[in-house]
Amino acid sequence: MENDYPEPSPEEIDRLYSRLEKEARQGGYNLNSDGEFARGLVKGLLVNERRYGYQACPCRLAADDKIADLDIICPCYYRDADVTEFGACYCALYVSKAVLKGEQKLGSILERRPPKEERQKLQPQPEPQSKSLLSASVAEPRAGPGTLKLSVPVWRCLVCGYLCGRDGPPEICPICKAGKERFERFI
Amino acid sequence: MVSSYGCDFMNSEHVAGNDKGKIMLYALSTCIWCKKTRELLQSSAVAFDYIYVDLLKGEDRVQAIDEIKKYNPGTSFPTLVIDGKAIVGFREKEIKEALG
Repeated sequence: MENDYPEPSPEEIDRLYSRLEKEARQGGYNLNSDGEFARGLVKGLLVNERRYGYQACPCRLAADDKIADLDIICPCYYRDADVTEFGACYCALYVSKAVLKGEQKLGSILERRPPKEERQKLQPQPEPQSKSLLSASVAEPRAGPGTLKLSVPVWRCLVCGYLCGRDGPPEICPICKAGKERFERFI
Repeated sequence: MVSSYGCDFMNSEHVAGNDKGKIMLYALSTCIWCKKTRELLQSSAVAFDYIYVDLLKGEDRVQAIDEIKKYNPGTSFPTLVIDGKAIVGFREKEIKEALG
């Protein structure tokens, strides 16, 4: 059970921690104020980035397949619902304002991510290629003929729900920094 | 510390301590809640085995996941199995009660 990847350095951990903290604040989110705890999770993100090429949730088993794991790249698709219901996301890197202020205590959080078999049955993952995002779905508005007339399609960020009307999804979500592969065609 | 004693996996590590039954911790090396669970077991001075499933590859990983599924179909971590009964997540109170 040896880890064959070099340990992230304290400087690397601090750098990512500071960036995530700043981005969280700008987007109206909060990082866990327990610095040691949060840094431990940030280290896990860096380890997973080395292992898999993406920052998979440190508290979930990644499949080493970015498409299969799009939902658990941090911040995950389940963060907002868990922060609302439990005061923290699954790994507790992100917490609610009430938890931050000490008004709510953190408990064990149930796994919201459906098991693999159920995930495969759910709606198809968004296409990873910008080509298909830009061509195929633009031609097929989901609202159906005659219901809505839009000059451009509406894209929804699967992490934070940010909506924008434009030809294709943005490179990164301006709110939660999710990549464009984590957007769906909404309208 | 490293042995396959009393455990289903060649890859698991054994921590010596008081015998409180067969205790197996399925964990991830990057997970802080798994770390807390392991620390709780260590501070309770019980004998247990643990395995970091994220560090397993190929067949070993498949075998570990199949084993966890018997106790926890969602295959989430930490999954702590004490004498065949699973505690999923870092549930401090439940774990302490189960350890007696």
